[in-house]
Amino acid sequence: MLEINNLHATVDGAEILKGIDLTIRAGEVHAIMGPNGSGKSTLSYVLAGRDGYEVTEGSVTFNGKDLLEMPTEERAGEGVFLAFQYPVEIPGVPNTTFLKEAVNAVRKYRGEPELDAMEFVKHLRAKAKELGMNPEFLKRAVNAGFSGGEKKRNEMLQMAMLEPSLCLLDETDSGLDIDALKAVSEAINAMRSPERAMLVITHYQRLLTYVVPDHVHVLSKGRIVRSGGPELAQELEEKGYGESIEAA
Amino acid sequence: MAQQEILSTEPYLARFNAAKARLPGAGQSWLDELRETAAARFRDLGFPTQRHEIWKYTPLKALQGIGFTPAGEVARPASLDHVPSLLPAKAPRYRATLVGGVVRPELSSPDEELPAGATIERLAAALERDPAGLAELLGRVADDRDQPLLALNTALFEDGVVIRLGRNLVLDRPLELTLVGPLAEVPTQVHPRILIVLEEGAQATVLEHHLGFGTEPVFHNGVSEIALGPNARLTHIKVQAAPLETFHFATTHLRQERDSAYDGFTLNRGAGLSRLETRVKLVGEGADCRLNGAYLLRGRQHGDITTVVDHQVPHCTSREVVKGAIDDRGRGVFQGLIKVAPHAQKTDGRMLNKTLLLSEKAEIDTKPELEIFADDVQCAHGATAGAIDDMALFYLRSRGLDEAAARALLVESFLAETVEELGDESLRPLLLERIRDWLQVRRESLEEVAA
Ligand SMILES: Nc1ncnc2c1ncn2[C@@H]1O[C@H](COP(=O)(O)OP(=O)(O)OP(=O)(O)O)[C@@H](O)[C@H]1O
Ligand SMILES: [Mg+2]
Repeated sequence: MLEINNLHATVDGAEILKGIDLTIRAGEVHAIMGPNGSGKSTLSYVLAGRDGYEVTEGSVTFNGKDLLEMPTEERAGEGVFLAFQYPVEIPGVPNTTFLKEAVNAVRKYRGEPELDAMEFVKHLRAKAKELGMNPEFLKRAVNAGFSGGEKKRNEMLQMAMLEPSLCLLDETDSGLDIDALKAVSEAINAMRSPERAMLVITHYQRLLTYVVPDHVHVLSKGRIVRSGGPELAQELEEKGYGESIEAA
Repeated sequence: MAQQEILSTEPYLARFNAAKARLPGAGQSWLDELRETAAARFRDLGFPTQRHEIWKYTPLKALQGIGFTPAGEVARPASLDHVPSLLPAKAPRYRATLVGGVVRPELSSPDEELPAGATIERLAAALERDPAGLAELLGRVADDRDQPLLALNTALFEDGVVIRLGRNLVLDRPLELTLVGPLAEVPTQVHPRILIVLEEGAQATVLEHHLGFGTEPVFHNGVSEIALGPNARLTHIKVQAAPLETFHFATTHLRQERDSAYDGFTLNRGAGLSRLETRVKLVGEGADCRLNGAYLLRGRQHGDITTVVDHQVPHCTSREVVKGAIDDRGRGVFQGLIKVAPHAQKTDGRMLNKTLLLSEKAEIDTKPELEIFADDVQCAHGATAGAIDDMALFYLRSRGLDEAAARALLVESFLAETVEELGDESLRPLLLERIRDWLQVRRESLEEVAA
């Protein structure tokens, strides 16, 4: 589904990604771990198409198409979804309004008919309920004044509504209490399917006990320095990144 | 400073001299005197120029060389079967419609609908019916002697509206005041005068809507005088959506007595050149004044919002949140002055101006100012200007919105903050709708469906 080859990227002239190779097949869940500043968020931004992140070398193909050629919104239409490490607050725009516009934008791109308002609201409420979200959040402005954990749940709600085929989750588990972590993990697991792939960025093995990955990678200084199975996460949790990075 | 402007007062004074015997109320000595004094003042002051501090950012040179015929002389009643409204079609309202500055009774609600104690009248008719009453009102709130455009309006006004609510009268529906530009085929000038008087404890909502259908230049020079008695409350929305060919100048003079509340919202989005000025005198303790607003400018539009709030007595509150979005080569001006007299202790005055610049050529001149002579006050002001946040734009696009839709949503988000300042929640959607149609966004309200 996703093939990243020798990806190099710079931000404001500084090279942050220094040759990443990664292949993710449909149905797989990959976890990326790594120290602060190693380039995890940068990788997610490059995949989602943030302006100012310049790819200087390498390629990314997504379902056979050149992902790097597409503007951000087309990538969303093609099925890429990024759950932000720091979701943005959009004051004054109700969550429901925003979600309807987003869902219809991607449906339009995919050649599907727009949902009518009643259908949409019913669907949205059901998804919010699954996530244990108070329906009040649907009326409130997007992320405005939400706590860290509430913002992360809201990201999961958007993901559930947009039905992406590639989910990039950037530290969706950070700052969550136990209940929220469970709810978010369940939301992620509920979306696991043979047609869908996930790239889960995290610092904590805790998430990976709920969302068991097929592969774990260690990113350091813009390169993947180690890859392994779920047991790698356990090892990193116990020993830290030191050895993996030195061994590289 | 640019070359001196030479906008001549001559044609206007000539017009006054030629028409004064025919202007409404002519022959009533108090009014003749008021108009003569105003004409003389206008002659002495001349048109404002950029050398006047308060007109520094808004030049009038675009009016130069255009001969504006008085609208009353050319705009023969063309038929208008549908007057656009700010309210949903079935919403109850009282209505007064002016075309080219003159009230059109057939487009206004009949008097018999009004509750006893309320009157909404043509100014020209009120001058005949109740000259003594009008003598007590006209020029009483707008008594400034240094305002050339006020003087010009006083000398030349031909019509307008007089709204009076007696003690404790609560107007049960909003009053929609629609000012349609002249339907003329030559350049025209119009100087409408609006008087609003709320006696003690009275309450009303006035929705003022300026628009037009013409393609000829219009020099609009409106003056409103609003007097709020003790404990009176007025919600006043003003939407300026005149055609681009219009030069729209309007000054609202407001005087507030003890414990009165004014909740004003100005949406300035029309006219090629506009200046909406509000001058407030807080003369009774406990008065509360809100002057919120938004400006939306594009192309080469120039839009100026100027406010002067004069705290003359202790314990009054004033609040201003004025935000704008400027695209293309649009140019915005915000000037806000809070004055606090020496004995006006415990004044609470706050003012905030924020602008979103949507293009590199867009410009804003912002000048919030405090002039404080009392020592025990809480006053603050702030101003910011900046571009759309990249991260927010990326966030929305990553959810599938194309760039135009994402930008429009962010502008709406930015301006929603000021709309939310409006106390009467039920009126917020009609402002958001005007903002959306500027952004060319159509979106049904999901809140209703969800409810
Ligand atoms: N505009 C920029 N100019 C230069 N360097 C930048 C810029 N933006 C980010 N960086 C650098 O890129 C590196 C990678 O940042 P990134 O956010 O991808 O790290 P991360 O692995 O997600 O870290 P964390 O675990 O803290 O979230 C950091 O060293 C950061 O300082
Ligand atoms: Mg990060």
